[in-house]
Amino acid sequence: MNDLESIVAAAKAEFAACGDPPALENAKARFLGKGGTLTLALKGLRELGGDARAARGAAINVAKSEVEAALSARREALAEAKLASQLASEALDVSLPGRGMPAGSLHPLTRTVERIETLFHSLGFAIADGPEIEDDFHNFTALNTPENHPARSMHDTFYVEGGMVLRTHTSPVQVRWMETHAPPIRIIAPGRVYRVDSDATHSPMFHQVEGLWIGDDVSFADLKGVFREFLRHFFERDDLALRFRPSFFPFTEPSAEVDMRFGDGGWLEIAGCGQVHPNVLRMAGIDPERWQGVAFGMGPDRLAMLRYGVDDLRLFYENDLRFLAQFA
Amino acid sequence: MRFSERWLRTLVNPALGTAELCDALTMAGLEVESVERAAPAFSGVVVARIEAVAPHPSADRLYVATVDVGHEGRRTIVCGAPNVAAGQIVPCALDGARLPGGVAIGVTRVRGVDSQGMLCSAAELGLGDDASGLLVLGHADAGTRVDARAGAGPAAVPGDAPLVPGTELRDALALDDALITIKLTPNRPDCLSLTGIAREVAAITGARAHLPAVTAVPVDGTATRGVRIEDEDACPRFASRVIEDIDPLAPTPAWMKSRLERSGIRSISAVVDITNYVMLELGQPLHAYDDRRLDGDIVVRFARDGDTLLLLNGQTLALDRDLLLVCDAANPLGLAGIMGGERSGIGAETTRVFLEGAFWNPAVIQGKMRRLGFVSDAGYRFERGVDFELGPAGVERATELILAICGGRAGPLSDVVATLPARTPIRLRSARVAKLLGIPLSPEAIADIFDRLALPATRHGDDFLVTPPSYRFDLAIEEDLVEEVARIHGYDAIPARLGAHESAMLPAPEGQRSVSAIRHRFAARGWQEIVTFGFVAAVTERLLDPDARPIDVLNPIAAQFDVMRTTLLPGLIGTLQTNLRRRIAFARIFEAGRVFLRDGLAQPARIGGLAFGTAMPEQWGAKGRRVDLYDIEGDLAAVVAPLVVATHASPRPWLHPGRSAGLRIGGVIVGWLGELHPRLLQPLDLPSAPVVFELDMAALQAVPVPVGRAVSRMPSVRRDIAIICSENIAVREILDTLRETAPVAVEAVEVFDVYRGAEIGAGRKSVAILVLMRDTQRTLTDADSERVVAGLVATLKERFGATLR
Repeated sequence: MNDLESIVAAAKAEFAACGDPPALENAKARFLGKGGTLTLALKGLRELGGDARAARGAAINVAKSEVEAALSARREALAEAKLASQLASEALDVSLPGRGMPAGSLHPLTRTVERIETLFHSLGFAIADGPEIEDDFHNFTALNTPENHPARSMHDTFYVEGGMVLRTHTSPVQVRWMETHAPPIRIIAPGRVYRVDSDATHSPMFHQVEGLWIGDDVSFADLKGVFREFLRHFFERDDLALRFRPSFFPFTEPSAEVDMRFGDGGWLEIAGCGQVHPNVLRMAGIDPERWQGVAFGMGPDRLAMLRYGVDDLRLFYENDLRFLAQFA
Repeated sequence: MRFSERWLRTLVNPALGTAELCDALTMAGLEVESVERAAPAFSGVVVARIEAVAPHPSADRLYVATVDVGHEGRRTIVCGAPNVAAGQIVPCALDGARLPGGVAIGVTRVRGVDSQGMLCSAAELGLGDDASGLLVLGHADAGTRVDARAGAGPAAVPGDAPLVPGTELRDALALDDALITIKLTPNRPDCLSLTGIAREVAAITGARAHLPAVTAVPVDGTATRGVRIEDEDACPRFASRVIEDIDPLAPTPAWMKSRLERSGIRSISAVVDITNYVMLELGQPLHAYDDRRLDGDIVVRFARDGDTLLLLNGQTLALDRDLLLVCDAANPLGLAGIMGGERSGIGAETTRVFLEGAFWNPAVIQGKMRRLGFVSDAGYRFERGVDFELGPAGVERATELILAICGGRAGPLSDVVATLPARTPIRLRSARVAKLLGIPLSPEAIADIFDRLALPATRHGDDFLVTPPSYRFDLAIEEDLVEEVARIHGYDAIPARLGAHESAMLPAPEGQRSVSAIRHRFAARGWQEIVTFGFVAAVTERLLDPDARPIDVLNPIAAQFDVMRTTLLPGLIGTLQTNLRRRIAFARIFEAGRVFLRDGLAQPARIGGLAFGTAMPEQWGAKGRRVDLYDIEGDLAAVVAPLVVATHASPRPWLHPGRSAGLRIGGVIVGWLGELHPRLLQPLDLPSAPVVFELDMAALQAVPVPVGRAVSRMPSVRRDIAIICSENIAVREILDTLRETAPVAVEAVEVFDVYRGAEIGAGRKSVAILVLMRDTQRTLTDADSERVVAGLVATLKERFGATLR
């Protein structure tokens, strides 16, 4: 081994022994610094001449490159090691749960009403709204249910001061809409309604979604079609059967009750509907010979019970946060 | 309306089982609400006649009865019933019988005597609650009862066999029967009778109806009573008759009692039962008066001041002037069409009856029972409409039954008739049917439907003229006939069509945020939506605000729901209470709904919330700090963005005066926020104060449509200012002042620390404010930013006396 080879070997050995960047820089100085062995070897060239000088110079340069390569490799290795140890020290227990607020959610009835709104909106129905304390005219009379009409006993009405009632259905909204909008009309009106009734399937306050669709020739067949389509999409089930049976509402003629069932289950009443009664159209200033249409009122509470497997209506109004959190 | 299926089948008997018949009724609009069996299942029970009863030789309370069970021979039966007596007709369970509940009957030895079966009580057979003694069906020695059953009972009724010993009890009492309850809609009073239902069944099934044919009874009495109608519009028809010399104690025959009971009507006395029976059979409510208690002519008139009446139900009424009365020459006798009076009611001594079968104008009856607080079978029918041709027939049919059951002599029939309701023909256009129903129906098909409904119709081209029968009060306009056509054609037979829809796109105003969007924003920040009632307890409202003037609910369903809420707070607090009772100690809840204000009956939609417990649910790595006003204000700021909510001092009775604020958006007061007032914690049973808020929904909905301005590429400069000022100065004022007075280069002014301490001095605080500056054209120099800061500091000194810290 000549002297240059020994220097390179010594440098490699010393660099490898260095445990941190300062030590490595010190070691570098011993070979490549002002008084470093390789630097001194280069200075020794002056004493040589001719070919010997050229050959010796080339050999020194090769040795210097090797030392520099060893140095930079060791630098990188040290940096890698440092990063690795830093990363190890920074590691988190990722199995710990995340921090912060729990998920909030909408009430299941709101969720249901929003679904209904979305589905009807896609058929071009606008959303309408109306007051909950209603006057007798809009809740009854304008819906073809004059004072003392026996049909009034179909609704157990809450009365408030000033001769007003808590609306017993969302149907007054169709009257209010017709008072201010000309046909064609396509609206649904979800909202809270009130009746004097309370048990596992009745709450004194509950929800209804009223629908009103008036056009040139909106018929009973269209009513059946829109309902079938809505329920099919609402429940996303294939075993859903639907039946319309004759019923009576003062503000529709013909009138129907809509029942549905899953598979072989029992029939469940979910809506009342019918062709808008000509008296209702006339009272709202619409010519029943020119326009015709359908109206329906369905119970989102019942739909939510069926959709989400809830068997007691009161759970919706008790607001136990554990119950509600299931609808996040 | 409840009725016996067997009774119905005597009038019309379609080839359908019970379930199919009920389904057909439901699908025709007569919704079957329930079907009950008349009796539970049992077998081996026969009719028996007790021949002799002897005391049991070795038991004080037992008897040994010898009974005749017809072709089965004789049986000796040990019996403990205290009412057992020779001559009784009773049910006897023979050896091998099975009673309800699976009880098997065999020959048993009771204290040394063989008992070959069991004599039964009503309870043992599931026929009633009476377990105190044997079910006595009749008495062999008092032959009239059996005769009445066998004789006056309509022989054509299948199953109504005479009570012959040995007969299967199920046959003898027609127990294989279904009690069908239909929920009739108010438009179909014509179906409040067996005749009406039979007519309907015939129309929907095509079976032939054999309706009761009523014939005039021979008149062999002479007694009459005059009738004077003062208001013919209220009482267009009044048929009546006097029947003399009836047996007041004649019992109601068992077949009639059974039919009444299966229709839910209690047996009272023969005459009263007969009037009820005819009402069920034909649909004509009748009233029977004790003729001996009537004075002079009958007068139908409206009540006068001072009139009073003791009703059959024991209620004494002071009569309003719009109540129609049946009176005699001296006194009111009863409320016309609703209920008779006690004084002229049928009693145990009534030997002379005055029968009334009237038609009362429905408008006169409507609403009266609701006001009086009771419902009678007659009133229920009259307010909906009773066949105005039926009065005389009802009286004739009742007379026939009274003569057969109670004996007596019928006086001549009186029928006072004024102007009966007009039945104007209704025009039905076939084209209209097609247009409303969405299906083509030929005039022939329509004619066939009218035929099945027995509606008198004449055809004119493709149109019809239909005259509603006297029993239909629901047919007045063309649409009513369209419904009849649809009903008989079958709603099921109308196809569901999802036809062409207009393609007008619905508007989606971007400057009007939906309630739904706001709800979703709250939910996304961890808030749980609740839904509570619109009515709350007045005591809660007044506890929160002693000056609250909520709107009263006049007929609350419970005391805790007696007023309409003026704030969403009671529902939020009630929900917190419910959950605290269930050991749920962390709550972030909100509700969107209307509140109800007395002034102008405003019903604004609001959104309110309640936060209780720690700032975050208990978890690792987060300090268990109590939630405070600033947590909620931060959430509100995020939810209402791009709107900006500003707080201002505004004390409310239900909020902590030092920890609450009014909320403004764009300078308009839109709500409040704060800790619940400590005085409320004890009465509301809350362990600590929740933070609550309420905002007007409308104020959150109107939002500007965004405008996208270019942003500067120049670097920003931040300078912090720490000032010391009086504790009285609200940070909001400082920030507002800085924002208003800062030059355009100032992009943002925010507070980043508030500090109080001894070195600052009592009554003072240090506020650290960051000022972010940026010029759109050039990089700001140090000199620029220092000039701006100096200006701001000067402003603060001038306005608030603030000094640099």
